[in-house]
Amino acid sequence: MASYLPLILRNILRNRRRTGFTVASVAVSICLVGVLFALTRALFFGGETTPGQAKRVVVHHKIALTQDLPVGYEQTIQKIPGVRAVTSLRWFGGSYKDPGDPKNRFAQFAIEPKTLFEVYPEFHIRQSERDTFVSQKAACVASRALAEKLGWKPGERITLVGGMLRATLELTLAGIFDPPPSDTSSVLYFNRDYLRDSLLPGDPRRDMVQQFYVEADNKDAVSEINHQIDDTFAESPYPTKSEPEEAFMLSFVSFLGNLKLFLAAICGAVTFTLLLITTNMLSMSVRERTREVGILKTLGFSDGEILGMVVGEATLIAVAGGLVGSILAGGLCTAIASAMRSAPGFVSVVPGLSLSPLVAALTVCLALLIGFVSSIAPGVYAARTSIVETLQYNG
Amino acid sequence: MTVPFSYNIRNLVVRKTTTVMTAFGIALSVAILVASLALVNGLRTVFANTSNPLQLLVLRKGGNSELGSTVSIEDFAIVRSKAGIAVDRSGQPLTSQELVNVVNLPSLDNPKGMNVTVRGLSPVGIEMRKVRLVAGRWFQPGQREVVVGKAMAHRYPSARIAHRIRFGKGDWEIVGVMDGGQSALNSEMWGDFNQISADYNQQDSSSSVLIRATDPVSLDALKHSIEDDPRLNASTMTESDYYQSQTASGAPLEFLGIFVAVIMAIGSGFATTNIMYAAVARRGKEIGTLKALGFSEGSILLSFLSESVLLAALGGVLGCLIALPLNWVTTGVGSMVSFSEIAFRFHVGIAALSSGLIFAVVLGAAGGALPARAAAKKEILIALREA
Repeated sequence: MASYLPLILRNILRNRRRTGFTVASVAVSICLVGVLFALTRALFFGGETTPGQAKRVVVHHKIALTQDLPVGYEQTIQKIPGVRAVTSLRWFGGSYKDPGDPKNRFAQFAIEPKTLFEVYPEFHIRQSERDTFVSQKAACVASRALAEKLGWKPGERITLVGGMLRATLELTLAGIFDPPPSDTSSVLYFNRDYLRDSLLPGDPRRDMVQQFYVEADNKDAVSEINHQIDDTFAESPYPTKSEPEEAFMLSFVSFLGNLKLFLAAICGAVTFTLLLITTNMLSMSVRERTREVGILKTLGFSDGEILGMVVGEATLIAVAGGLVGSILAGGLCTAIASAMRSAPGFVSVVPGLSLSPLVAALTVCLALLIGFVSSIAPGVYAARTSIVETLQYNG
Repeated sequence: MTVPFSYNIRNLVVRKTTTVMTAFGIALSVAILVASLALVNGLRTVFANTSNPLQLLVLRKGGNSELGSTVSIEDFAIVRSKAGIAVDRSGQPLTSQELVNVVNLPSLDNPKGMNVTVRGLSPVGIEMRKVRLVAGRWFQPGQREVVVGKAMAHRYPSARIAHRIRFGKGDWEIVGVMDGGQSALNSEMWGDFNQISADYNQQDSSSSVLIRATDPVSLDALKHSIEDDPRLNASTMTESDYYQSQTASGAPLEFLGIFVAVIMAIGSGFATTNIMYAAVARRGKEIGTLKALGFSEGSILLSFLSESVLLAALGGVLGCLIALPLNWVTTGVGSMVSFSEIAFRFHVGIAALSSGLIFAVVLGAAGGALPARAAAKKEILIALREA
């Protein structure tokens, strides 16, 4: 086969403009498929998980995230084997200054200051700031992104007016923490005891929280912990659902709609279009060379050899397109990821978008397959046509 | 003097396999574009149908979602006493206090569960909306009963009459199915206000209050009167604005669709260029003849360009035809405002279809530009000598 390579290359390079456009066309489509594959991987199979994330479990009410759980569950969860630390969380959803300005909107959570940084060891904060946060009830901490956005310095007075919860919180910024670089969310944490004191004495929500974040001893313990927690509370008035943090984050993807079907439909359409394009190109160039095929046959080339040459030509063009396409896709993924860095909440999976070697290899394989399949019809045509017919051909 | 258009049509017919294959490639990218536009259109239709232009939603100050808002009983009484509120036949003001929460249920698209809005309201709240019962009966006050929207009944296997759904503090029986037309209400589940607020420990407050003004002038006056009232800590939004803001829920899918369509179109554009170059190469003699007959460079350029545009337009029409059946497809997206799923039907309208066609024509013109120029620039003598 290798001995035919020069002949195949000659054929490819004969009409350079056409080959160029075909390769470009394949490259663009393959680039798209590459980006879509990478997106599918990031959205449904989880992109990169940090070691900290792999060890964390989110516990929430089985019925909905918005339904409350008793704060007392914390002690019960703490006793489950394999659990290193537990912290609770309640979404406050208050407004800061003029809530009409999108800049003033950020996530606010009531938590337990002592355990927050135990469950999130990847959040870096100065020890002195952490101590202040733990010791002062009305203290709060903000993520670096939030503090920079609003120009906050430690000591800043922050007033939050409650939404669902009727409480006005007068907080003081104790410190600023640095999450891992991939996490650019605007978030503020404050002491749950302060929220409890701010609610009216009779408010049943004083002793209720919405989620527990659990840190496991190691990531192998996670699935056992999930079962243990859910089994423990299954028969109580407040049944729970526990899941790995990563799975919990990905559950928000369903908000984007039926993405799986959408992506599958698009990938199918792109692949089909590619097949059409390459078959078309190849048919055109084989038809133009009909007389040459006749001459090759007269010289003693077998039908199989002729077929092989056409298949080889198509495959080479498609793979060239595939390689260029996957390089383009890699670049495009990086570009999209950096453009989406500041996107709101649930699209935040996208910053993890990258073309892994596996995905790149898959796209090149797809190109190869497309080249191969598209060459069959023109190849068989060239191989089957008789010498007399080919020599009579007048294109 | 222009080259007759029938010449182009004949040429496309002669190369029918190539023509059909190229057109089909273009058709698929047009179909994806039209589908993305139809999606957002469908979503917009649903939200537009949900609102009554005379209705005002009262939320806590600065609130932009019912889920994150609370309005106390005292506030409700103040709002209710304002002037300019329409009354029903029995003379009661059309004001409805409502409690909103979400319940996670497995759906056909998401077996792992998707959020559904549960709304607690009283009979006046039902009266204020364009809904009718299509099966079963309405929920009874004081009973743990709910009525589900038609779209919800279709998309969630557990949302059937006589089934029980667990939320709040226990089980609720589904006693009816309601139809609010093509509106977001069809994705909701309704029950008795008092019963639901008790289940969510919110007896002394509601999430929002819906009021209807007698006329557009009172609507404006009511808005100011509520927002400027020092006793109230409330903001207002017209029902239309509230739902319109949720159309953004479709933006990620729309963006993805347009992105894909444009990239596919670049690929198809290259393919069209190739096809047209081949056409120019094959018809060297014909081009030479046309020139010898006195056709100008401009008219030859125009002729090849229109052939390419015609080819692409064929693909455009085909793409629109492929996208058309989407009109009968229902899907859902999550709204970040209501934190729940809104079901809607794609709406392939005139705007989406014409955008698809224009897109195809532009693609054809761009793809055919270089080959058409090559055809026009051919030297007569060289062209005539070509095989």
